[in-house]
Amino acid sequence: MASIKLKLPQAAQNAQEPITHSDGPIVTGTSVLGIKYKDGIMVAADCLASYGSLARFRDVNRLQAFGERTIIGASGDIGDFQYVQDELEKLMIKDFCLADGHELATPHVYSYLHRLLYSRRSEMKPLWNSYVVGGVHSSSSQRFLGYVDLLGTTYQSSTIATGFGAHLAQPLLRKAVEGREDTLTEEEAVKILDDCMRVLFYRDARSLNRIRRAKVTKDGMEVTDPYSLETEWAFAEHIVGYGA
Amino acid sequence: MFRNQYDNDASTWSPQGRLHQVEYAMEAVKQGSAVVGLRSNTHAVLVALKRSPGKLASYQQKLYRVDDHIGVAISGLTSDARVLSNFMRSEAMRSKMLYDRPLPLFRLSSALVAKAQANIQEYGRRPYGVGLLYIGHDETGPHVYEFSPSANTFEYFAMAIGSRSQSARTYLERTFDAFSDAALDDLIKHGLRALRDTLQQDKQLDTLNCSVAYVGKDQAYTMVEGEDLRPFLDALDSDHSGNAAPSSSSQGPAPMETEA
Amino acid sequence: MATSSAKEASFSPYEDNGGTNLAIAGQDYCVIASDTRQSRGYNINTRFAPKTFKLSDKTVLSTAGCQPDGNMVVTRIKQHMESYKHAHNKEMSTPAVGQLLSTMLYMKRFFPYYSFNILGGLDKEGKGCIYSYDAIGSAERVPCLASGSAAALVQPFLDNQVRNCNQVGKPRIMAASPVSHLSLDQAIKITKDAFTSATERDIYTGDNLQIFIVTRDGVEEQVHPLKRD
Repeated sequence: MASIKLKLPQAAQNAQEPITHSDGPIVTGTSVLGIKYKDGIMVAADCLASYGSLARFRDVNRLQAFGERTIIGASGDIGDFQYVQDELEKLMIKDFCLADGHELATPHVYSYLHRLLYSRRSEMKPLWNSYVVGGVHSSSSQRFLGYVDLLGTTYQSSTIATGFGAHLAQPLLRKAVEGREDTLTEEEAVKILDDCMRVLFYRDARSLNRIRRAKVTKDGMEVTDPYSLETEWAFAEHIVGYGA
Repeated sequence: MFRNQYDNDASTWSPQGRLHQVEYAMEAVKQGSAVVGLRSNTHAVLVALKRSPGKLASYQQKLYRVDDHIGVAISGLTSDARVLSNFMRSEAMRSKMLYDRPLPLFRLSSALVAKAQANIQEYGRRPYGVGLLYIGHDETGPHVYEFSPSANTFEYFAMAIGSRSQSARTYLERTFDAFSDAALDDLIKHGLRALRDTLQQDKQLDTLNCSVAYVGKDQAYTMVEGEDLRPFLDALDSDHSGNAAPSSSSQGPAPMETEA
Repeated sequence: MATSSAKEASFSPYEDNGGTNLAIAGQDYCVIASDTRQSRGYNINTRFAPKTFKLSDKTVLSTAGCQPDGNMVVTRIKQHMESYKHAHNKEMSTPAVGQLLSTMLYMKRFFPYYSFNILGGLDKEGKGCIYSYDAIGSAERVPCLASGSAAALVQPFLDNQVRNCNQVGKPRIMAASPVSHLSLDQAIKITKDAFTSATERDIYTGDNLQIFIVTRDGVEEQVHPLKRD
């Protein structure tokens, strides 16, 4: 497994060599997709955590709720994501204990994540992830959909796709969503995401057809249980050299 | 007040269960000129009386901007106030930096209290000799808070601290029912009337000796000083002059009026 | 696992997110403009990611290059300006911000902000003023400037149209002179033309054009569409 780098503790490294930190991700999650639609934000990710090319863990949750109205989807290193989850939980507990009626809204969580990732990249100890942060404001009903990655790059858009999805799904999402953010129904949004996740499953070798989907509206959040996408492989029979 | 053997430092109890140094610090607040803070459902206002050491001198600064949504008025040791207002400013900046959020007033209070409490517990330190009234507007609306050297903060509808501030509190207690729906201009006038009540007989509010500041929803912290105060002061002169509440309130003496 | 057999490139803290900025200074105005595309390699991240920011009624700052670094530069400049306001009870002047930015960039000389900045605004006399920087803080005042991914395309166009370089019968404006002789309308026209053309040739430029116009009345912001291909 030559392409996989171990994260060695400092002591284990040769003293002669320069200190190196995470050279790359190890257990990884692939694309996360996010879109705006009429009632709010919808995000989807599959349940796979790969170890290089090995489909290692097949029931992993890469969608993390923060409070009632913020959803965070993670791609990249799963270990780093779990560390970030811990940090976010600490933040949430601290916030809860103050009990002053102020809760961190989606843009605030987004800002916190951005600062965390940027400071870690500046220490040359990156948290190897790309995040999609989505949410709806509790009183103004304003929708928010943003992206943050290991470099601290940030942008907001009505469609976001990380990883492989940036190449394959993003064009499809833009065609389906851009200019229709205020009219797309929930059913249409579900279909768009399911279709894109299916395309990714067909072409992204590090993906799975078992996915989770979350929606955030002004009334709150719903994350689906994992479900499988219908796929069609009959055409494979006609490909020479494939199958029987 | 008399010296005793239990007031040499702030971290020694008296047998009566008192921290004398802390109480002395609270007295320092009363040495400063008066400041008044009050709020409606939409705005919060600070009004302060400024002193000048002499005819050739400028007037002191009583109001400080902390952020676009927070302002603070001070009474007591000005040098301590500078330390605290700088702390408040850096807390506000930290919130903006980390969470991209204007610092909630309650969080500011928590931070202030934590900082001030260490001063009255750790050996060799002294309490801050200053009282603060700070106003602000956050997601939960407008607020008025008081900070005292005992490391306490309280939230108020309206409050006054500093020398002769009891008279201002009396005015506020008598009239605060009208504040919640008051327009910003009326709120400022109420503040000025409360402040006027703290003046000695021969003194008057003028454009030099007072400052006003306000914040509100979609209204960044704004300070009014000098000639810009004229319209408010003129409006004050036109109503019943003297140390009385406006005619609209006809209650008797307020319950807390204890001074002669 | 021997380091000598490492095949993967180790972590790079930098990325070029593209984008182009332009500024033209006049006698009593300053125009600062950027496109709003943010890219990563051949991908467009978003079509609207502003990278020019109003700092005060007299000063505007634009960034290009590594987006997170540019973002940090803007955040820290804003913080300094707030501290300055508290300490001196007045707004920081554009030349003062200009010097601050230079110092701030140089302080990270050995881990630089990969950010190509243009600071524009009005100076103390009310004249347009533009400061040009490299990533490590070398600064100078110029009458017009382009920076970012299409800088090499736009700068010669500005040299010709704003400073009258290589034109017969027109007085040349020296690179060291503080302002151009253009009217505001001409400057805006040149700005729009520069970006329409840059969008044709540079894949990292496009989507929208954001123009900030600084005059003594304050800062006006305009947004115009560019080609999205």
